[in-house]
Amino acid sequence: MKRVAVVVFPGSNCDADTLDAAQAAGSDAYYVWHRDTDLQQADVVVLPGGFSYGDYLRSGAIARFSPVMAAVAEHTRAGGPVLGICNGFQILCEAGLLPGALMRNAGLKFLSRPVRVRVEAADTPFTCRYERGEELVVPIAHGDGRYVADQKTLAELRANAQVVWRYVGDNPNSSVDGIAGVCNAARNVVGIMPHPERRNAPALGGQDGARVFLSMEARNATQPASDVRAVGGRHLRV
Amino acid sequence: MGAFRVEIRVMPRASLLDPQGQAVEHALHALGFAEAANVRVGKHLVLEVTAPTKEEAAVRARTMCDRLLANPVTEDFSVAVDTAGRPEGSPLG
Repeated sequence: MKRVAVVVFPGSNCDADTLDAAQAAGSDAYYVWHRDTDLQQADVVVLPGGFSYGDYLRSGAIARFSPVMAAVAEHTRAGGPVLGICNGFQILCEAGLLPGALMRNAGLKFLSRPVRVRVEAADTPFTCRYERGEELVVPIAHGDGRYVADQKTLAELRANAQVVWRYVGDNPNSSVDGIAGVCNAARNVVGIMPHPERRNAPALGGQDGARVFLSMEARNATQPASDVRAVGGRHLRV
Repeated sequence: MGAFRVEIRVMPRASLLDPQGQAVEHALHALGFAEAANVRVGKHLVLEVTAPTKEEAAVRARTMCDRLLANPVTEDFSVAVDTAGRPEGSPLG
């Protein structure tokens, strides 16, 4: 049983669903208020979706300076797994813990509907219970979901297989390269725009998102990043 | 020390799609302003910075942009210090 800290910012609104999904997967999940600086021996940290600080200035721009973020960065440096969902993804990008940024959807509309994504990397702590190439249906709910990065960063993402999820068929927000989720070079920090916590049981219309949380409970979830080796461009768990 | 009125302009980087600017451009064309082109929408921030010199106020404002006010991945910014220093506590003109 992993200890999963769900960070609550002022304006988070997916924190309860995220806590439920982690508990349903068997985790010992609990809330950590954004002003706390103690993650209480968390194995995994999740930054949930919502509208932290009302999305003022830019989505995630103010939340990244919350007191808890120093502890999250420290957890990251130690190789601990961190997942950002939607606004959590935006916060991780603003904090520089993930490359790139998320801009206004090309169509300007807030989009709230199921989308199809393909699992492009199954060697992260949050996707290890999926198969690479598997297609999932998970809901999006965002206004600022268009992933952008400079050419150098995009080349690195491709070379290191850091794209975790990619939109299939319809690219709802015109993300570059259809990117719906990325991880850092060490592969312990993952950000995704779709909401797996909203699709983790048949009663919610499907359970394609459940394995994000089941992955946290898998053996490698707390494995140090140094134990993951790249061989011929593929990342192997050892 | 003086208080300087600083104006900061933050614009989406020219190489990136600016859907807000495009929407405004379409609306202008719909209103008959066919001469409008290349519309881009950014942010304008006005703040008061207390500093020993005008130059130092600009340096501090640029640091604020680097750390918070602009995203280095998606935005460019410019800083203008447009009022000479005045004694602390007196109102801005």
